[in-house]
Amino acid sequence: MIEYDIDKLMELGTKVMERALKKGASVAEVGVSEGTHLSVKVRMGEPELVEEAGSKSLGLRVMRGQQVAVTHTSDFTEAGLERFVDDALELANLAQPDPFAGPPDPALLSKISQHPDLQLFDAAVNDLDAARAIEIAKRMEKSALGFDKRLTNSEGANVSRQAGASVLVTSGGFRGGVRGTYTSLSVHPVADDADGKKRSGYYWSARRFADELESAEAVGLEAARRTLQKLGSRKLDTQEVAVIFDPDAGRSILGLLASCINGGSIWRKSSYLIDREGQQVASPLVNVVDDPLIARGPGSRPFDGEGLLSRRNSVVESGILKTFILDTYSAKKLGKKSTGNASRGSGGGVGPSTTNFILQPGKLSAQELLKSTDKALYVTDMMGFGFNAVTGDFSRGASGFWIEKGERVFPVSEVTISLNLDEMLKRIDAIADDLDHRTSICTPTFRISSMTVAGR
Amino acid sequence: MSTTSRYHAPFGPAGAEPVDAETARKLLSTALSRGGDYADLFFEYDVAGSYSLEEGILKAAGRSVSQGLGVRVMKGDATGYAYVQELTPEAMQRAAVTAAQIAAGGGAPIPTSFEVPSLSARYAAQHLSLDITGESKRELLLRADRAARAADSHITRVEASLHEELREILLATSTGKLVHDRQPMVRFSVRVIAESNGKRQSGSSGGGGRMGLEYFEQKSPEWHAKEAVRHALAMLDARESPAGELEVVLAPGDSGVLLHEAVGHGLEADFNRKGTSNYTGRVGQRVASDLCTVVDDATLFGSRGTIHVDDEGNLPERAVLIENGVLVGYMHDQHSAKHFKVTPTGNGRRESFQSHPMPRMTNTWLLGGQSDPEEIVRSVKRGIYAKKFGGGQVDISNGDFVFSLTESYLIEDGKITVPLKGVNLIGNGPDVMSKVSMLGTDFETSDGVWTCGKDGQSVPVGVGCPTIKIAAMTVGGTQMG
Repeated sequence: MIEYDIDKLMELGTKVMERALKKGASVAEVGVSEGTHLSVKVRMGEPELVEEAGSKSLGLRVMRGQQVAVTHTSDFTEAGLERFVDDALELANLAQPDPFAGPPDPALLSKISQHPDLQLFDAAVNDLDAARAIEIAKRMEKSALGFDKRLTNSEGANVSRQAGASVLVTSGGFRGGVRGTYTSLSVHPVADDADGKKRSGYYWSARRFADELESAEAVGLEAARRTLQKLGSRKLDTQEVAVIFDPDAGRSILGLLASCINGGSIWRKSSYLIDREGQQVASPLVNVVDDPLIARGPGSRPFDGEGLLSRRNSVVESGILKTFILDTYSAKKLGKKSTGNASRGSGGGVGPSTTNFILQPGKLSAQELLKSTDKALYVTDMMGFGFNAVTGDFSRGASGFWIEKGERVFPVSEVTISLNLDEMLKRIDAIADDLDHRTSICTPTFRISSMTVAGR
Repeated sequence: MSTTSRYHAPFGPAGAEPVDAETARKLLSTALSRGGDYADLFFEYDVAGSYSLEEGILKAAGRSVSQGLGVRVMKGDATGYAYVQELTPEAMQRAAVTAAQIAAGGGAPIPTSFEVPSLSARYAAQHLSLDITGESKRELLLRADRAARAADSHITRVEASLHEELREILLATSTGKLVHDRQPMVRFSVRVIAESNGKRQSGSSGGGGRMGLEYFEQKSPEWHAKEAVRHALAMLDARESPAGELEVVLAPGDSGVLLHEAVGHGLEADFNRKGTSNYTGRVGQRVASDLCTVVDDATLFGSRGTIHVDDEGNLPERAVLIENGVLVGYMHDQHSAKHFKVTPTGNGRRESFQSHPMPRMTNTWLLGGQSDPEEIVRSVKRGIYAKKFGGGQVDISNGDFVFSLTESYLIEDGKITVPLKGVNLIGNGPDVMSKVSMLGTDFETSDGVWTCGKDGQSVPVGVGCPTIKIAAMTVGGTQMG
């Protein structure tokens, strides 16, 4: 059993950092992470997959003056680590001096005593074993397939958990570590449709803490309902009409905004939102925060990937863009200060990223929002990658339901929805209150007054 | 095997601690200690380098090393899988014990000896990009940067990157196979931003394959730079795309992404074993217009999707999936092949030692037809000419798929006219395949850029096709009428 011993990981990190400094690095930052994962799948009542593993990896960013290299390894033998550090310094020599490269100001680094306990680790999740996970998955799939005889097949029921620890040690004097868990349930029933097509649907629940998950039975029933609702799906005629996004579909729309307010995209001029700080970028109903300090939040963290203290940033207030999301480098490039949003990728590189990025809920219930809609496409699933961040142009495949006079009339598939993201966010005319914090980027149900829906 | 490379897997024949038949037998015997029909050991060593240029300088250079062992035990339709990164005898034993848990009863014999199949020569790992000095790779990126900036004064930003990789695998199975392979890869890409009259657009170009820096003898950094510039400049004039059903003509090469999504995934046999694909039980039936012959071909020398051996030790060749519109067969891994009582097609691939194999595509081709490509465009009254692609996705159960265009044009009265903004096409696999009404004589394969994702696992693939005309597809633009 891996203990997720933060002190031991820090010891290893410190050893590698000191070795890099000794070999000539002027800056060395080491992230070490260790974790376990379990994933089981049950299909048609039988266990199909049990996967279990432990992993450990180390990322190193070194600078020689203004020259930067990022390296990553899972080879912890003495000889392996020795060559790893040598390689990093050799690569730094190859890189060309970047006048903006550099570590954060040491005065800004947080101390361990300042790091809040955000309740990120649940021992109950860590203790979940394969036998129990299989039993949960069986119950979930049974609850789904038992709901209706039209549900004839299944892509399976999955139960997974991950647990681990990560630390950061930097030559600027920062030391910090966190332990965390995350667990999820999902099930994908398949139904036979009248036209010979198959329709698959799914539902899932995920949390850091086991006692906050929806029950296996509830997840199964909801998956069954969602799959059956897709039977008889058809295309729509091409038209301009209101579009409602449920929280799963809405999350991908908010994810596009997250990529466009990222400081890295801004200085690279790869976002339609450059030069738009202080301006209207969404409807006045829209408030978006990036909040790493939510207790038990999936994207929560006490400090950022460079050791700065985490803080809540209000990104969009009443539709006005208040700030970009910045790390030290992008802040320097833009003549600003870091917002505490540095993230360290598994490869060792550092860049800004959101934490818990949330479209704040409105006052309506999702049901009231639906009832107040005359005609709309209600989107539950999207497909494809049709987004150009430079221009904001958006076009994606979608499926869901046709809404008339506040009621679901029939299921819809094989259509696309298109509009520039800038215009989409400005046309948000209703936001519901059904925010569910399953993922680090999340939204309640919301409505856009009009988009182009292409079909027949 | 190369003896000059600095990069060798510790477990490989040229490594510090080669895994011999005795070690493999011992681990397999632990893996099968609780029963099970089958077990395999998948050792992997993956070392990758990356070099990225922005704002005229090589800003960061990177290297990553990943290694480990995945142990798989199968009992009926159930799989137990465990992996470790540490390759000590104790850690490897632990993984074998964990994977063994799935089995209860049964019990396959442990091989007394291993057969080592001889592999074809579809790529060479003698001259790894990783072994070349960093300075020469930096120069390739600087060349792209200079060429892009020199090509047009509207270019305001240039990004270029080079990714190089060696994947070395060693596989031992309870059926007595022992296979070793070294799989090289390079990938080069250039992205530029053009600005004019307050408009800003990006353009890109990329390529590569299972080879070393000899890739640049085929296509130079300057070629990719100019192509990225051409793309960005063309997009500066792009107009809103039409919305609704239109005739669509796809350019040769990368348009194979359409095939990959429209039929490729649906013909991966795991979906058909479970009965969740809309191609289930349809072998021998018409699933596309009779112009269409689709193959999965792992043999093209140096292509990104090419492999000598799959990640279960089976040897892939060229498998015909659809012949003149009729479904001939699926792509199999060992598990689905056993279910369908056929020979595995060598399509069992995995992302890394951290994942179990699944049926996956290698290089998927729609073969060329009889029509003159210019004639195909001339035959269209009003439609879309699709030239560059961002990627696609499919819903296996009903066959609905999308793919996004990053460069497309309007066709009016048989002529390619104005450029259109990025747009998605959506269709249903069997429906669109039945509407393939013309195929060009100009079959082309993609340059090596595509990566396919399935169940969270990414593997490199190739696609290829001629100019294709589809009688009607839904175009997801914004312009009505």
